[in-house]
Parts: sequence; structure tokens; C-alpha cells
Amino acid sequence: MAMDPAEIARMIKEALPDASVEVEDYAGDGDHFRATIVSEAFRGKTRVQQHRLINDALAGKLGGDLHALTLQCSAPE
Amino acid sequence: MSDINAFIDDKVKSNEVFLFMKGTPAFPQCGFSGQVVQILNYLGVKYDSANVLESDELREGIKAYTNWPTIPQLYVKGEFVGGADIVREMFQAGELQDLLKDVQAA
Repeated sequence: MAMDPAEIARMIKEALPDASVEVEDYAGDGDHFRATIVSEAFRGKTRVQQHRLINDALAGKLGGDLHALTLQCSAPE
Repeated sequence: MSDINAFIDDKVKSNEVFLFMKGTPAFPQCGFSGQVVQILNYLGVKYDSANVLESDELREGIKAYTNWPTIPQLYVKGEFVGGADIVREMFQAGELQDLLKDVQAA
């Protein structure tokens, strides 16, 4: 089931309001996305903790409607 | 603990390096699983794996066990390390090499 990149970005920003979020449908199939997210919420967290924040923001979508989301998480410089 | 949880628990605790993946190391059936296999093979560590496509119970069970929604999932010494993105980033940063430096070679 395809998802809209804007919907993915909206869900992430709802959970992390300060985040800058770029979502790219790199395969052009509505099923494989790459998200680059910069948020203070990531600072001091392990990679697993950072990804869990996004997994939670996309509750129920990732691994379901959303097949593949490559995540690049970082805190602002 | 359910049977599938006990199965997973045994796999991650009795193997130094264990990968839950789609397909097998010889025939990965998803690009993300394939990336992790390539990295582990490149580093030359001994690892075992389970193919979640062979069992819906395992496929759902590992998501619940780790509280992580996607496959692949890499475990080292009983601890969840991450999925494909994290494994790749750790490899590129040299952190995976540190984590695996004293595990048995393939």
C-alpha cells in the first residue's frame, strides 16, 4: 500500500515539532523512502533510541503500509 | 514466555552474532537484509541467521521481542544492535568493527 511522503513528514513533525524533515520517495514507487531528520530530540541518544522515536511517530505504519524507510537522524550542529 | 519468544531468546543468547533476515545469507530476499549480510561477510565474523519469510510467527515474534517494526535485525551477544541503517552507519563509522572485534571469526 503506497504512502505519500508528505504524510510521513507530517507524522514525524507531529511527534518532533522542532524537526527539519526531508522525505524522498527514492524508488518512485510510493513504498521506499529515505528520510533525513534533524532534531534536538536526537541529541545524546543512541542510534537505536533515535530510530525508536521515529518508529513511534509512525506507529503502526512502518513494517505495514510503509515497507521501507531509510532513516538518517541527527541533532542540529 | 511464549514458544516463539523462547526460540528467539535462545537464538540471540546462544550465538555471539545472530541476524533475523528475509532470505538466507546465500540468497537474501530483500536489499536491506542483503546489505547487512554483505557487511558481516566483509568483516569475516561467524554468524547464524533465521529467515523470517519461513514463519509468520517468527516474523511477527521478532518485531514484538525487539519492539522494532522492521527486518533485518542484528543481535550481538544477546543485545539488539539495529536494523540495516544503523548497521551501515556503525560500519562506516568503525563502531561495528569495535563491537565485533573479539567475536569468533568465520
